[in-house]
Amino acid sequence: MDLKNIVLISFGYFGKELSEIISRDVEHEFSLPVILQEGHWDLSEFYNPLRRQYDANRLLDKIDESFATINSKTIGLFNVDLFIPILTYIFGQAYLNGRCGIASVYRLSNERYGIINDDQILVNRFRKEVIHELGHTFGLIHCTNTTCVMRSSTYVEDIDQKKHFLCHKCRSVLEKNHLSQD
Amino acid sequence: MAKKISILIVDDEESVRDSLFNWFVEDGYRVECAENAKKGLAILESESFDIVLADIKMPGMDGLEMLRRIKAIRKESIVIMMTAFATVDTAVQALKDGAFDYITKPFDPDDLSHLIRNASKQISLIEENEILKEKVISLENVEDMVGESEAMQQVLKEIESVAQSNASVIITGESGTGKELVARAIHANSSRRFFPMVSVHCGSLTESLLESELFGHEKGAFTGAIYNRKGRFEMADSGTIFLDEIATISPKMQVELLRVLESKSFVRVGGNKEITSDFRVICATNRDLKTMVEKGTFREDLYYRLNVVNITVPPLRERIKDIPLLVEYFIRKYCTAMNKPLITIEPTALKRIEEFPFPGNIRELENMIERAIVVGNGKKITLKDLPLGKTAVQTTTESLDELEKNHIYQILLRYNWNISATAKALKVDRVTLYNKIRKYDLKQIE
Repeated sequence: MDLKNIVLISFGYFGKELSEIISRDVEHEFSLPVILQEGHWDLSEFYNPLRRQYDANRLLDKIDESFATINSKTIGLFNVDLFIPILTYIFGQAYLNGRCGIASVYRLSNERYGIINDDQILVNRFRKEVIHELGHTFGLIHCTNTTCVMRSSTYVEDIDQKKHFLCHKCRSVLEKNHLSQD
Repeated sequence: MAKKISILIVDDEESVRDSLFNWFVEDGYRVECAENAKKGLAILESESFDIVLADIKMPGMDGLEMLRRIKAIRKESIVIMMTAFATVDTAVQALKDGAFDYITKPFDPDDLSHLIRNASKQISLIEENEILKEKVISLENVEDMVGESEAMQQVLKEIESVAQSNASVIITGESGTGKELVARAIHANSSRRFFPMVSVHCGSLTESLLESELFGHEKGAFTGAIYNRKGRFEMADSGTIFLDEIATISPKMQVELLRVLESKSFVRVGGNKEITSDFRVICATNRDLKTMVEKGTFREDLYYRLNVVNITVPPLRERIKDIPLLVEYFIRKYCTAMNKPLITIEPTALKRIEEFPFPGNIRELENMIERAIVVGNGKKITLKDLPLGKTAVQTTTESLDELEKNHIYQILLRYNWNISATAKALKVDRVTLYNKIRKYDLKQIE
C-alpha cells in the first residue's frame, strides 16, 4: 500500500490557528503531508436523543465510507459529544490498523468542567487526541509509558499528563508498521 | 505487560460486543466475543480466558446462570457482570455467586479501565500465589529429611505413598528418631499442606489440660478460663493434627478421642455448641501399642481407628550409613543459624561418632554437633569437642572456663533452656546463671 498523505476533515469551525497547529504536528509526527479539508454533513442523523450525544460508531463508518482511501489515513474532527453504546462518552476512536478515525474537541475544553477556558490547553489536548487516533490507524495500541501520546486517556487530566508525540517504543512500532504498509 | 491478558465478552447486543472488542484491542488485550451464554461456555471449554465480561440479561441462559456454570468449572475465574437494568438484588446475587464485580451500562470509560486493571492485578496475585505455593512445597519437601540408607529410603517411600491419602497414620520409633519430622513430611506432601499442622505433645499434659488443649474451652469453664479458647482440633481444620506420645493418654481421653475421630465433631469444655472440623490425624509413639492393646491399657477400637497406616522410623544405629550425611547437614544448619563460617569435621571424630551407640538417636547427634560448633575452635570439629564418653572427657587441654562453659551449655540443652530448672540443677541462682550465659555468649538455637 502506497501511503501518500493524512487527511484531516473538520466538521465545524475550529479556527485557522488550531487547524494549522494540528496539521503541523501531525505532519511532523508521521512524516506524511497533511491535507486539511472541510466536511459539511448534517450531523442530526447521528444524534441519539435518548443519550443526547452523537453516535461515534456511525460517524466512523460514514467517514470510512465517504472519504477513506487506501492511500491515506483520514481523521474526522468534530465538536460534538461522542458516545459508543457501552461507554458514557469518548474523546475519539479509530479503526485499529484501518483507514480512518474521529476525534472531538467537545469534552476537551476546560469550560465543560467549570474551569476558565484556556485556548492553549485546548489546542494541546486536541492535537494529542488526533495524533493518538492516527496512531491507532497505524496499528499502535495503548502504551504504558505515562508520557507517550498513545497512553490511554479517560479524563482530560490524563491527556494533560502525556506529551503530544510517540515514545521511542511506539515510534519503532510505527516505523515498522509504516514501512510494511508502504 | 508481562503477559497478554485475555478477555471473553459475552453479550447479545452486537454494538456492545464490537465497542468493547475495539476498546480492549486498543489496550493490547486478547479479546474474543460470544453472542450468548451457550456459545460463551462452549468457547470457555476449548480455551481459558483470564477475564469474562458477561451481560446479565440475555435470551436463553442468563448471565447469572452462566456465572454459576463458569465458577463450577473454574472457581478462580474472574467474571464481571454487566447490565443495563441495575438493581441492588441482582448485584448482590452476582457477587454472592462469585462475580468479581458488577458494572452498569453505559460505563464511564475510567470505571471500565479501573475495573480491568483491578482484575489484572487479581490475576497477577493468583499467579504469584501459585508460584509461591510451588516454592513452599519445594522448601518443605527437603526439610530435615536426610538419609540414603535403605531403612530411610523405605520410610521416604512410605511417606510418599501415604501423603496423598487422608488415612490416619501411626509413626513408631525410639525417642529422638525424628517421628515429628516424618509427620511434617506427610503433611507437607499432602493436599492439606496449605493449612496448618498442629502438634500436641500428649505426654506433657495432664488429662484435664489435654482435654482443654484438644477441644478448647468456653469462658468460665473452669477457674482461670477467662476467655473462650479454640482447641487444637479446631485449629487443625482443613489441616493435620499431630498427636505425639499418644500412648500416654488416659482411658477417658481415649474414649473422647475415638468419638471425635468418628464424628469429626466435638464440644468445647464448658460449652454446648457442637463444632465440626476437617482434620487428618497423625500419631506418634515410642511404645508398642499392639502390646498395650493386648494388656488392655490402650483401647482396641481406637488403635484400629488410628493405625490405618504404620510407619516405623529406624533408630540411628540401624542407619549408620546416614551419619556422615546427618553430621554434614547439622554442621551446615547450625553454622548458618549461628552466622559462623562453614566448618568441617576431623575424620577421626567422624569415625568415633559412627561407633557411638546414640541411645538418644538423631536428637542426641544433633545436640552433639550443635554443642561442638558452640564450644569448638570455629575451624574443625575435633574429638575433644565431642562428649563421646571417656576419651573426650579425659582431655586436659581445656581451661576451667571452657569446662564451665561446656557444662552449663549441656545442662541448658538438657533442660531445654529452662533457666529455673537449669539453675536448680547447677545449684546456682538464676542471676548467676544469666551472668554465665552472658559471659560465655551462650545462645539458644531455634
